[in-house]
Amino acid sequence: MKRIYMDYAATTPVDPRVFEAMKPYFSAKFGNTMALYSLGQEAKRTLEEAREKAADLMKAKSGKVIFTESATESNNLALKGIAFANKDKGKHIIVSSIEHRCVLESARWLAGQGFDVTYLPVDKYGLVNPNDVEKAIRKDTILVSVMHANNEIGTIEPIAEIGKICREKGVYFHTDAAQTFGKIPVDVNKMNVDLLTASSHKMYGPKGAGLLYVGPDVKIEPLLHGGGHEFGLRSSTVNVPAIVGFGAAVDIAKKEMNGEAKRLTKMRDRLIKNVLKIEDSHLNGHSIKRLPNNANFWFAFIEGESLVMRLDMQGVSASTGSACSSESLEPSHVLLAIGLKHEEAHGSLRLSLGKWNKVADVNYVVKILPSIIENLRKISPFKRRWK
Amino acid sequence: MKFGIYSKEVIRHFKSPKNMGKIKNPDGVGKVGNLVCGDVMWLYIKVKENKRMGKKILSDIKFQTFGCVAAIATSSMITSMAKGKTIEQALKITREDIARRLGGLPKIKLHCSVLATDALAEAVYDYLTKNKLKVPKSLFKTHERIANSLKTLEAGHKDYLKFEERVLAR
Repeated sequence: MKRIYMDYAATTPVDPRVFEAMKPYFSAKFGNTMALYSLGQEAKRTLEEAREKAADLMKAKSGKVIFTESATESNNLALKGIAFANKDKGKHIIVSSIEHRCVLESARWLAGQGFDVTYLPVDKYGLVNPNDVEKAIRKDTILVSVMHANNEIGTIEPIAEIGKICREKGVYFHTDAAQTFGKIPVDVNKMNVDLLTASSHKMYGPKGAGLLYVGPDVKIEPLLHGGGHEFGLRSSTVNVPAIVGFGAAVDIAKKEMNGEAKRLTKMRDRLIKNVLKIEDSHLNGHSIKRLPNNANFWFAFIEGESLVMRLDMQGVSASTGSACSSESLEPSHVLLAIGLKHEEAHGSLRLSLGKWNKVADVNYVVKILPSIIENLRKISPFKRRWK
Repeated sequence: MKFGIYSKEVIRHFKSPKNMGKIKNPDGVGKVGNLVCGDVMWLYIKVKENKRMGKKILSDIKFQTFGCVAAIATSSMITSMAKGKTIEQALKITREDIARRLGGLPKIKLHCSVLATDALAEAVYDYLTKNKLKVPKSLFKTHERIANSLKTLEAGHKDYLKFEERVLAR
Protein backbone atom coordinates (compact mmCIF):
# COMPACT_ATOMS: atom_id res chain seq x y z
CA MET A 1 0.00 0.00 0.00
CA LYS A 2 1.11 3.53 -0.77
CA ARG A 3 1.99 5.53 2.36
CA ILE A 4 1.14 9.20 2.39
CA TYR A 5 2.68 11.23 5.19
CA MET A 6 0.57 14.27 6.09
CA ASP A 7 1.88 15.03 9.56
CA TYR A 8 4.78 17.34 8.69
CA ALA A 9 3.80 19.63 11.58
CA ALA A 10 4.69 16.81 13.97
CA THR A 11 8.06 16.10 12.43
CA THR A 12 9.69 15.98 9.01
CA PRO A 13 11.98 13.44 7.41
CA VAL A 14 15.59 14.56 7.08
CA ASP A 15 16.31 15.93 3.62
CA PRO A 16 18.85 13.58 1.93
CA ARG A 17 21.14 16.57 1.29
CA VAL A 18 21.06 17.34 5.01
CA PHE A 19 21.90 13.74 5.83
CA GLU A 20 24.88 13.84 3.47
CA ALA A 21 26.17 17.00 5.13
CA MET A 22 25.90 15.38 8.58
CA LYS A 23 27.62 12.08 7.80
CA PRO A 24 31.30 13.12 8.21
CA TYR A 25 30.61 14.54 11.66
CA PHE A 26 29.86 11.24 13.38
CA SER A 27 33.19 9.50 12.96
CA ALA A 28 35.74 11.29 10.77
CA LYS A 29 35.15 14.82 12.11
CA PHE A 30 34.10 13.90 15.63
CA GLY A 31 36.08 16.55 17.51
CA ASN A 32 34.96 18.42 20.60
CA THR A 33 34.33 22.10 19.83
CA MET A 34 36.17 23.08 23.00
CA ALA A 35 39.41 21.28 22.04
CA LEU A 36 42.40 23.32 20.93
CA TYR A 37 43.83 20.96 18.32
CA SER A 38 42.74 21.15 14.71
CA LEU A 39 40.09 18.41 14.95
CA GLY A 40 38.33 20.39 17.68
CA GLN A 41 38.79 23.69 15.95
CA GLU A 42 37.31 22.32 12.75
CA ALA A 43 34.21 21.26 14.69
CA LYS A 44 34.11 24.71 16.30
CA ARG A 45 34.30 26.36 12.88
CA THR A 46 31.45 24.20 11.58
CA LEU A 47 29.37 25.11 14.61
CA GLU A 48 29.97 28.81 14.05
CA GLU A 49 29.08 28.46 10.37
CA ALA A 50 25.76 26.88 11.28
CA ARG A 51 25.19 29.70 13.76
CA GLU A 52 25.81 32.31 11.07
CA LYS A 53 23.48 30.57 8.64
CA ALA A 54 20.68 30.45 11.21
CA ALA A 55 21.23 34.09 12.19
CA ASP A 56 21.23 35.06 8.53
CA LEU A 57 17.90 33.33 7.79
CA MET A 58 16.23 35.24 10.61
CA LYS A 59 18.05 38.48 9.66
CA ALA A 60 19.70 38.74 13.07
CA LYS A 61 22.59 41.20 12.80
CA SER A 62 23.32 41.39 16.50
CA GLY A 63 22.49 39.26 19.47
CA LYS A 64 23.22 35.55 19.73
CA VAL A 65 21.90 32.28 18.37
CA ILE A 66 22.08 29.65 21.11
CA PHE A 67 21.88 26.06 19.90
CA THR A 68 19.85 23.77 22.12
CA GLU A 69 18.59 20.22 21.96
CA SER A 70 15.01 21.04 20.96
CA ALA A 71 12.38 23.74 20.65
CA THR A 72 11.05 22.55 23.99
CA GLU A 73 14.42 23.30 25.57
CA SER A 74 14.58 26.69 23.83
CA ASN A 75 11.15 27.65 25.12
CA ASN A 76 12.06 26.50 28.63
CA LEU A 77 15.24 28.55 28.45
CA ALA A 78 13.38 31.62 27.20
CA LEU A 79 10.71 31.57 29.88
CA LYS A 80 12.67 30.38 32.88
CA GLY A 81 15.88 32.15 31.85
CA ILE A 82 14.15 35.51 31.49
CA ALA A 83 12.06 35.00 34.60
CA PHE A 84 15.02 34.26 36.83
CA ALA A 85 17.31 36.93 35.38
CA ASN A 86 14.71 39.67 35.70
CA LYS A 87 12.78 38.80 38.84
CA ASP A 88 14.08 41.90 40.59
CA LYS A 89 12.22 43.95 37.98
CA GLY A 90 8.97 42.04 38.31
CA LYS A 91 7.36 38.65 38.43
CA HIS A 92 4.62 38.93 35.83
CA ILE A 93 4.64 36.88 32.60
CA ILE A 94 2.13 36.92 29.76
CA VAL A 95 1.58 33.97 27.40
CA SER A 96 -1.16 33.17 24.91
CA SER A 97 -3.56 30.39 25.80
CA ILE A 98 -2.75 28.44 22.62
CA GLU A 99 1.01 28.13 23.11
CA HIS A 100 2.69 24.77 22.74
CA ARG A 101 2.58 22.77 25.93
CA CYS A 102 6.27 23.35 26.62
CA VAL A 103 5.56 27.08 26.97
CA LEU A 104 2.37 26.57 28.99
CA GLU A 105 3.98 24.03 31.29
CA SER A 106 7.03 26.27 31.82
CA ALA A 107 4.68 29.13 32.70
CA ARG A 108 2.73 26.89 35.04
CA TRP A 109 5.94 25.80 36.74
CA LEU A 110 7.02 29.42 37.13
CA ALA A 111 3.64 30.20 38.68
CA GLY A 112 4.49 27.59 41.29
CA GLN A 113 7.79 29.41 41.89
CA GLY A 114 6.02 32.65 42.79
CA PHE A 115 5.61 34.19 39.35
CA ASP A 116 2.28 35.56 38.17
CA VAL A 117 1.06 34.36 34.76
CA THR A 118 -1.60 35.92 32.52
CA TYR A 119 -3.03 33.76 29.74
CA LEU A 120 -4.19 35.76 26.72
CA PRO A 121 -7.44 34.68 25.08
CA VAL A 122 -7.73 34.16 21.32
CA ASP A 123 -10.62 34.73 18.94
CA LYS A 124 -12.43 31.94 17.07
CA TYR A 125 -9.62 31.81 14.50
CA GLY A 126 -6.96 31.51 17.17
CA LEU A 127 -5.72 35.08 16.79
CA VAL A 128 -4.30 37.02 19.71
CA ASN A 129 -5.55 40.61 19.81
CA PRO A 130 -2.59 43.02 20.26
CA ASN A 131 -4.88 45.27 22.29
CA ASP A 132 -5.27 42.46 24.79
CA VAL A 133 -1.49 42.30 25.11
CA GLU A 134 -1.32 46.03 25.75
CA LYS A 135 -4.03 45.80 28.39
CA ALA A 136 -2.38 42.83 30.08
CA ILE A 137 1.05 44.46 30.44
CA ARG A 138 1.67 45.79 33.96
CA LYS A 139 4.50 47.59 35.69
CA ASP A 140 5.92 44.30 36.88
CA THR A 141 5.60 42.47 33.53
CA ILE A 142 8.95 41.09 32.39
CA LEU A 143 8.06 38.85 29.45
CA VAL A 144 5.40 38.31 26.78
CA SER A 145 5.47 35.05 24.81
CA VAL A 146 3.23 34.52 21.79
CA MET A 147 3.92 31.88 19.16
CA HIS A 148 4.56 32.90 15.55
CA ALA A 149 2.16 30.27 14.20
CA ASN A 150 0.12 27.68 16.00
CA ASN A 151 1.17 24.08 15.53
CA GLU A 152 -2.35 22.66 15.56
CA ILE A 153 -4.56 25.08 13.66
CA GLY A 154 -1.84 26.92 11.72
CA THR A 155 -2.97 30.45 12.62
CA ILE A 156 -0.22 33.05 12.10
CA GLU A 157 -0.19 35.60 14.92
CA PRO A 158 0.32 39.38 14.52
CA ILE A 159 3.82 39.14 15.96
CA ALA A 160 5.19 42.46 14.64
CA GLU A 161 2.29 44.38 16.21
CA ILE A 162 2.57 42.60 19.53
CA GLY A 163 6.35 43.09 19.44
CA LYS A 164 5.93 46.80 18.83
CA ILE A 165 3.77 47.12 21.92
CA CYS A 166 6.30 45.20 24.00
CA ARG A 167 9.12 47.43 22.72
CA GLU A 168 7.18 50.57 23.67
CA LYS A 169 6.49 49.18 27.13
CA GLY A 170 10.03 47.92 27.64
CA VAL A 171 8.99 44.30 28.08
CA TYR A 172 10.90 41.36 26.60
CA PHE A 173 9.06 39.60 23.79
CA HIS A 174 9.58 35.94 22.90
CA THR A 175 8.06 34.06 20.00
CA ASP A 176 8.05 30.33 19.37
CA ALA A 177 8.74 30.02 15.65
CA ALA A 178 9.07 26.22 15.60
CA GLN A 179 6.39 25.96 12.92
CA THR A 180 7.54 28.91 10.81
CA PHE A 181 11.34 29.13 10.76
CA GLY A 182 12.50 27.73 7.42
CA LYS A 183 8.96 27.71 6.06
CA ILE A 184 7.85 31.35 5.88
CA PRO A 185 9.95 34.50 6.29
CA VAL A 186 11.15 35.12 9.83
CA ASP A 187 12.81 38.48 10.52
CA VAL A 188 13.66 39.27 14.12
CA ASN A 189 13.89 43.00 13.33
CA LYS A 190 10.56 43.36 11.57
CA MET A 191 8.91 41.11 14.13
CA ASN A 192 10.27 43.18 17.03
CA VAL A 193 11.25 40.11 19.00
CA ASP A 194 13.91 39.79 21.68
CA LEU A 195 13.85 36.00 21.76
CA LEU A 196 12.89 33.46 19.12
CA THR A 197 12.68 29.67 19.21
CA ALA A 198 13.27 27.47 16.17
CA SER A 199 13.47 23.75 15.58
CA SER A 200 15.53 21.63 13.20
CA HIS A 201 13.26 18.59 12.80
CA LYS A 202 10.29 20.66 11.65
CA MET A 203 12.25 21.90 8.63
CA TYR A 204 13.87 18.73 7.26
CA GLY A 205 16.80 18.81 9.66
CA PRO A 206 17.53 16.08 12.20
CA LYS A 207 15.91 15.72 15.61
CA GLY A 208 18.06 16.80 18.54
CA ALA A 209 18.73 20.38 17.49
CA GLY A 210 16.87 23.58 18.26
CA LEU A 211 17.87 27.17 18.80
CA LEU A 212 17.02 30.22 20.79
CA TYR A 213 17.80 33.61 19.35
CA VAL A 214 18.64 36.04 22.16
CA GLY A 215 18.67 39.70 21.16
CA PRO A 216 21.40 42.16 22.21
CA ASP A 217 21.24 43.33 25.82
CA VAL A 218 18.73 40.67 26.85
CA LYS A 219 19.26 39.59 30.44
CA ILE A 220 18.87 35.84 30.64
CA GLU A 221 20.02 33.05 32.97
CA PRO A 222 21.11 29.62 31.69
CA LEU A 223 19.31 26.42 32.65
CA LEU A 224 22.38 24.23 32.18
CA HIS A 225 25.53 25.19 34.03
CA GLY A 226 28.92 23.70 33.23
CA GLY A 227 31.68 24.22 30.70
CA GLY A 228 30.35 27.52 29.42
CA HIS A 229 29.32 26.42 25.92
CA GLU A 230 27.04 28.61 23.80
CA PHE A 231 28.14 31.90 25.39
CA GLY A 232 27.68 30.39 28.81
CA LEU A 233 23.96 30.06 28.18
CA ARG A 234 23.84 26.35 27.44
CA SER A 235 26.63 24.19 28.77
CA SER A 236 26.85 20.73 27.19
CA THR A 237 29.22 19.15 24.72
CA VAL A 238 27.96 20.41 21.38
CA ASN A 239 25.96 17.95 19.25
CA VAL A 240 27.92 18.83 16.13
CA PRO A 241 26.31 16.38 13.65
CA ALA A 242 22.78 17.55 14.54
CA ILE A 243 23.75 21.21 14.36
CA VAL A 244 25.56 20.72 11.05
CA GLY A 245 22.34 19.14 9.82
CA PHE A 246 20.31 22.05 11.15
CA GLY A 247 22.66 24.41 9.30
CA ALA A 248 22.32 22.44 6.07
CA ALA A 249 18.53 22.51 6.43
CA VAL A 250 18.71 26.28 6.87
CA ASP A 251 20.80 26.55 3.68
CA ILE A 252 18.21 24.61 1.71
CA ALA A 253 15.31 26.55 3.23
CA LYS A 254 16.92 29.83 2.28
CA LYS A 255 16.90 28.80 -1.36
CA GLU A 256 13.70 26.80 -1.58
CA MET A 257 11.38 28.07 1.15
CA ASN A 258 9.46 30.68 -0.83
CA GLY A 259 8.73 28.48 -3.83
CA GLU A 260 7.76 25.62 -1.54
CA ALA A 261 5.42 27.85 0.48
CA LYS A 262 3.61 28.82 -2.72
CA ARG A 263 3.30 25.22 -3.85
CA LEU A 264 2.01 24.09 -0.45
CA THR A 265 -0.46 26.95 -0.17
CA LYS A 266 -2.10 25.85 -3.42
CA MET A 267 -2.27 22.25 -2.25
CA ARG A 268 -3.56 23.29 1.16
CA ASP A 269 -6.37 25.33 -0.38
CA ARG A 270 -7.28 22.49 -2.70
CA LEU A 271 -7.43 20.17 0.30
CA ILE A 272 -9.53 22.57 2.38
CA LYS A 273 -11.94 23.36 -0.43
CA ASN A 274 -12.63 19.71 -1.13
CA VAL A 275 -12.75 18.41 2.43
CA LEU A 276 -15.28 21.10 3.35
CA LYS A 277 -17.64 19.54 0.79
CA ILE A 278 -18.19 16.78 3.33
CA GLU A 279 -21.41 17.43 5.17
CA ASP A 280 -21.08 18.91 8.65
CA SER A 281 -17.36 19.54 8.30
CA HIS A 282 -15.69 22.70 9.57
CA LEU A 283 -12.33 24.43 9.19
CA ASN A 284 -10.36 25.23 12.34
CA GLY A 285 -8.15 28.30 12.22
CA HIS A 286 -8.00 31.24 9.84
CA SER A 287 -8.51 30.86 6.10
CA ILE A 288 -5.73 33.30 5.07
CA LYS A 289 -3.58 34.00 8.14
CA ARG A 290 -2.52 30.41 8.05
CA LEU A 291 0.62 28.29 7.64
CA PRO A 292 1.04 27.22 3.99
CA ASN A 293 1.03 23.56 4.96
CA ASN A 294 -1.70 23.34 7.62
CA ALA A 295 -5.28 22.15 7.27
CA ASN A 296 -7.33 21.43 10.37
CA PHE A 297 -10.97 20.38 10.47
CA TRP A 298 -13.62 19.07 12.79
CA PHE A 299 -16.32 16.67 11.72
CA ALA A 300 -19.52 16.40 13.70
CA PHE A 301 -20.53 13.10 15.35
CA ILE A 302 -17.27 11.24 14.98
CA GLU A 303 -14.19 10.84 17.13
CA GLY A 304 -10.72 11.78 15.94
CA GLU A 305 -8.70 8.79 17.07
CA SER A 306 -10.97 6.44 15.14
CA LEU A 307 -10.65 8.73 12.15
CA VAL A 308 -6.85 8.81 12.33
CA MET A 309 -6.71 5.00 12.62
CA ARG A 310 -8.98 4.53 9.62
CA LEU A 311 -6.82 6.90 7.61
CA ASP A 312 -3.73 5.00 8.72
CA MET A 313 -5.30 1.76 7.52
CA GLN A 314 -5.64 3.37 4.12
CA GLY A 315 -2.06 4.61 4.15
CA VAL A 316 -2.45 8.19 5.36
CA SER A 317 -0.62 9.53 8.44
CA ALA A 318 -2.47 12.40 10.13
CA SER A 319 -3.23 13.60 13.65
CA THR A 320 -6.09 14.72 15.88
CA GLY A 321 -6.76 16.90 18.90
CA SER A 322 -9.28 14.43 20.29
CA ALA A 323 -9.20 13.62 23.99
CA CYS A 324 -9.04 9.90 23.26
CA SER A 325 -5.67 10.32 21.59
CA SER A 326 -4.07 12.17 24.47
CA GLU A 327 -2.50 10.84 27.62
CA SER A 328 -4.60 13.16 29.75
CA LEU A 329 -7.90 12.24 28.04
CA GLU A 330 -8.46 15.97 27.64
CA PRO A 331 -9.12 17.43 24.20
CA SER A 332 -6.66 19.91 22.69
CA HIS A 333 -6.37 23.14 24.68
CA VAL A 334 -6.03 25.01 21.38
CA LEU A 335 -9.35 23.79 20.03
CA LEU A 336 -11.07 24.58 23.33
CA ALA A 337 -9.47 28.06 23.33
CA ILE A 338 -10.95 28.90 19.91
CA GLY A 339 -14.36 28.06 21.33
CA LEU A 340 -14.93 24.49 20.22
CA LYS A 341 -16.99 22.37 22.56
CA HIS A 342 -15.52 19.13 23.85
CA GLU A 343 -17.50 17.00 21.44
CA GLU A 344 -16.45 19.19 18.52
CA ALA A 345 -12.79 19.03 19.45
CA HIS A 346 -13.11 15.22 19.65
CA GLY A 347 -13.85 15.12 15.94
CA SER A 348 -10.80 17.09 14.83
CA LEU A 349 -8.28 16.17 12.16
CA ARG A 350 -5.00 17.87 11.28
CA LEU A 351 -3.44 17.29 7.87
CA SER A 352 -0.07 19.02 7.54
CA LEU A 353 1.67 18.96 4.19
CA GLY A 354 5.35 19.00 3.25
CA LYS A 355 8.09 18.65 0.73
CA TRP A 356 7.27 15.14 -0.44
CA ASN A 357 3.51 15.58 -0.82
CA LYS A 358 2.14 15.87 -4.33
CA VAL A 359 -1.22 17.02 -5.63
CA ALA A 360 -2.05 13.36 -6.20
CA ASP A 361 -1.72 12.78 -2.43
CA VAL A 362 -4.22 15.54 -1.75
CA ASN A 363 -6.55 14.01 -4.33
CA TYR A 364 -6.23 10.59 -2.68
CA VAL A 365 -7.11 11.94 0.77
CA VAL A 366 -10.01 13.90 -0.66
CA LYS A 367 -11.21 10.70 -2.31
CA ILE A 368 -11.05 8.38 0.71
CA LEU A 369 -12.05 10.77 3.50
CA PRO A 370 -15.82 11.05 2.80
CA SER A 371 -16.45 7.30 3.00
CA ILE A 372 -14.33 6.94 6.16
CA ILE A 373 -16.36 9.67 7.85
CA GLU A 374 -19.60 8.22 6.52
CA ASN A 375 -18.68 4.84 8.00
CA LEU A 376 -17.82 6.22 11.41
CA ARG A 377 -21.04 8.19 11.42
CA LYS A 378 -22.90 4.97 10.76
CA ILE A 379 -21.41 3.48 13.93
CA SER A 380 -22.16 6.65 15.90
CA PRO A 381 -25.52 6.96 17.69
CA PHE A 382 -25.70 10.63 16.83
CA LYS A 383 -27.62 11.73 13.82
CA ARG A 384 -26.92 14.52 11.46
CA ARG A 385 -28.55 17.77 12.33
CA TRP A 386 -30.38 18.21 9.04
CA LYS A 387 -32.20 14.91 9.30
CA MET B 1 0.90 -3.77 9.79
CA LYS B 2 1.15 -2.42 13.32
CA PHE B 3 -1.14 0.14 14.83
CA GLY B 4 0.83 1.33 17.80
CA ILE B 5 -0.87 0.86 21.11
CA TYR B 6 -3.58 -1.59 20.03
CA SER B 7 -3.57 -5.37 19.74
CA LYS B 8 -4.40 -7.14 16.48
CA GLU B 9 -7.74 -8.25 17.86
CA VAL B 10 -8.72 -4.68 18.82
CA ILE B 11 -7.91 -3.53 15.32
CA ARG B 12 -9.82 -6.45 13.80
CA HIS B 13 -13.00 -5.49 15.70
CA PHE B 14 -12.45 -1.80 14.97
CA LYS B 15 -12.04 -2.51 11.27
CA SER B 16 -15.16 -4.64 10.95
CA PRO B 17 -17.29 -4.23 14.04
CA LYS B 18 -19.79 -6.97 14.76
CA ASN B 19 -23.44 -6.24 15.64
CA MET B 20 -23.22 -2.61 14.65
CA GLY B 21 -26.47 -0.68 14.28
CA LYS B 22 -29.87 -0.36 15.85
CA ILE B 23 -32.66 -2.80 16.77
CA LYS B 24 -36.05 -1.49 15.72
CA ASN B 25 -38.24 -2.49 18.62
CA PRO B 26 -35.71 -3.37 21.28
CA ASP B 27 -36.76 -4.98 24.54
CA GLY B 28 -34.13 -2.99 26.36
CA VAL B 29 -31.74 -0.11 25.68
CA GLY B 30 -28.62 0.88 27.62
CA LYS B 31 -27.17 4.34 27.05
CA VAL B 32 -23.89 5.15 28.75
CA GLY B 33 -20.95 7.50 28.43
CA ASN B 34 -21.02 11.13 27.47
CA LEU B 35 -19.72 13.51 24.86
CA VAL B 36 -17.54 15.40 27.29
CA CYS B 37 -15.32 12.39 27.80
CA GLY B 38 -15.57 11.46 24.18
CA ASP B 39 -17.21 8.05 24.39
CA VAL B 40 -20.90 7.33 24.05
CA MET B 41 -22.23 3.79 23.78
CA TRP B 42 -25.80 2.73 23.09
CA LEU B 43 -26.67 -0.91 23.36
CA TYR B 44 -29.95 -2.52 22.22
CA ILE B 45 -31.15 -5.97 23.25
CA LYS B 46 -33.88 -8.34 22.14
CA VAL B 47 -34.90 -10.94 24.72
CA LYS B 48 -36.49 -14.36 24.00
CA GLU B 49 -37.69 -16.95 26.44
CA ASN B 50 -36.23 -20.39 26.03
CA LYS B 51 -39.14 -22.46 27.33
CA ARG B 52 -37.23 -25.73 27.50
CA MET B 53 -34.52 -24.19 29.65
CA GLY B 54 -36.91 -21.80 31.35
CA LYS B 55 -34.37 -19.01 30.80
CA LYS B 56 -34.35 -15.64 29.10
CA ILE B 57 -31.92 -15.40 26.20
CA LEU B 58 -30.39 -12.35 24.54
CA SER B 59 -31.52 -13.34 21.06
CA ASP B 60 -30.20 -10.19 19.42
CA ILE B 61 -27.92 -7.38 20.48
CA LYS B 62 -26.65 -4.34 18.61
CA PHE B 63 -24.65 -1.20 19.38
CA GLN B 64 -24.04 2.35 18.27
CA THR B 65 -20.88 4.03 19.54
CA PHE B 66 -19.29 7.44 19.27
CA GLY B 67 -15.73 7.04 20.36
CA CYS B 68 -12.20 5.91 19.88
CA VAL B 69 -10.82 2.67 18.51
CA ALA B 70 -11.04 0.99 21.92
CA ALA B 71 -14.64 2.08 22.47
CA ILE B 72 -15.72 0.67 19.12
CA ALA B 73 -13.76 -2.56 19.60
CA THR B 74 -15.12 -3.17 23.11
CA SER B 75 -18.68 -2.53 21.86
CA SER B 76 -18.17 -5.08 19.14
CA MET B 77 -16.63 -7.57 21.56
CA ILE B 78 -19.27 -7.39 24.29
CA THR B 79 -22.09 -7.79 21.78
CA SER B 80 -20.34 -10.84 20.28
CA MET B 81 -19.81 -12.31 23.73
CA ALA B 82 -23.34 -11.68 25.00
CA LYS B 83 -25.32 -12.69 21.93
CA GLY B 84 -27.21 -15.96 22.48
CA LYS B 85 -26.35 -16.05 26.18
CA THR B 86 -28.87 -16.11 29.00
CA ILE B 87 -29.28 -12.85 30.87
CA GLU B 88 -27.51 -14.34 33.90
CA GLN B 89 -24.56 -15.47 31.78
CA ALA B 90 -24.34 -12.14 29.96
CA LEU B 91 -24.29 -10.14 33.19
CA LYS B 92 -21.36 -12.21 34.37
CA ILE B 93 -19.14 -10.85 31.57
CA THR B 94 -16.55 -8.63 33.24
CA ARG B 95 -14.44 -5.86 31.81
CA GLU B 96 -11.42 -8.09 32.34
CA ASP B 97 -13.07 -10.75 30.16
CA ILE B 98 -13.54 -8.21 27.39
CA ALA B 99 -10.00 -6.86 27.64
CA ARG B 100 -8.61 -10.40 27.68
CA ARG B 101 -10.59 -11.50 24.64
CA LEU B 102 -9.34 -8.39 22.85
CA GLY B 103 -5.74 -9.35 23.52
CA GLY B 104 -5.42 -6.60 26.11
CA LEU B 105 -6.22 -2.90 26.15
CA PRO B 106 -3.87 0.02 26.82
CA LYS B 107 -4.18 1.08 30.45
CA ILE B 108 -5.55 4.46 29.51
CA LYS B 109 -8.33 2.77 27.51
CA LEU B 110 -9.52 0.35 30.18
CA HIS B 111 -12.45 2.64 30.96
CA CYS B 112 -13.85 1.75 27.52
CA SER B 113 -14.35 -1.84 28.69
CA VAL B 114 -16.18 -0.52 31.76
CA LEU B 115 -18.40 1.42 29.40
CA ALA B 116 -19.23 -1.79 27.53
CA THR B 117 -20.26 -3.79 30.61
CA ASP B 118 -22.19 -0.76 31.90
CA ALA B 119 -24.09 -0.45 28.61
CA LEU B 120 -25.12 -4.11 28.75
CA ALA B 121 -26.12 -3.84 32.42
CA GLU B 122 -28.25 -0.78 31.64
CA ALA B 123 -29.94 -2.50 28.71
CA VAL B 124 -30.85 -5.49 30.89
CA TYR B 125 -31.98 -3.16 33.70
CA ASP B 126 -34.17 -1.32 31.20
CA TYR B 127 -35.71 -4.60 30.02
CA LEU B 128 -36.36 -5.91 33.52
CA THR B 129 -37.92 -2.71 34.86
CA LYS B 130 -40.05 -2.20 31.74
CA ASN B 131 -41.46 -5.69 32.18
CA LYS B 132 -41.80 -5.31 35.94
CA LEU B 133 -39.41 -8.17 36.51
CA LYS B 134 -37.20 -8.58 39.54
CA VAL B 135 -33.90 -6.70 39.30
CA PRO B 136 -30.99 -8.57 40.93
CA LYS B 137 -29.38 -6.62 43.77
CA SER B 138 -25.98 -6.34 42.09
CA LEU B 139 -27.55 -5.04 38.88
CA PHE B 140 -29.49 -2.46 40.86
CA LYS B 141 -26.23 -1.29 42.43
CA THR B 142 -24.57 -1.01 39.04
CA HIS B 143 -27.50 1.03 37.79
CA GLU B 144 -27.28 3.37 40.76
CA ARG B 145 -23.56 3.88 40.26
CA ILE B 146 -24.06 4.78 36.59
CA ALA B 147 -26.95 7.12 37.38
CA ASN B 148 -24.91 8.84 40.09
CA SER B 149 -21.88 9.42 37.91
CA LEU B 150 -24.16 10.87 35.26
CA LYS B 151 -25.60 13.28 37.82
CA THR B 152 -22.15 14.50 38.83
CA LEU B 153 -21.31 14.99 35.21
CA GLU B 154 -24.52 16.85 34.45
CA ALA B 155 -23.78 19.28 37.24
CA GLY B 156 -20.38 20.07 35.79
CA HIS B 157 -21.15 20.13 32.10
CA LYS B 158 -24.66 21.39 31.52
CA ASP B 159 -23.83 23.04 28.20
CA TYR B 160 -22.39 19.95 26.64
CA LEU B 161 -25.24 17.78 27.68
CA LYS B 162 -27.69 20.25 26.19
CA PHE B 163 -25.89 19.77 22.91
CA GLU B 164 -26.19 16.02 23.37
CA GLU B 165 -29.94 16.32 23.90
CA ARG B 166 -30.26 18.54 20.88
CA VAL B 167 -28.51 15.99 18.73
CA LEU B 168 -30.29 13.01 20.19
CA ALA B 169 -33.72 14.55 19.78
CA ARG B 170 -33.41 14.19 16.02
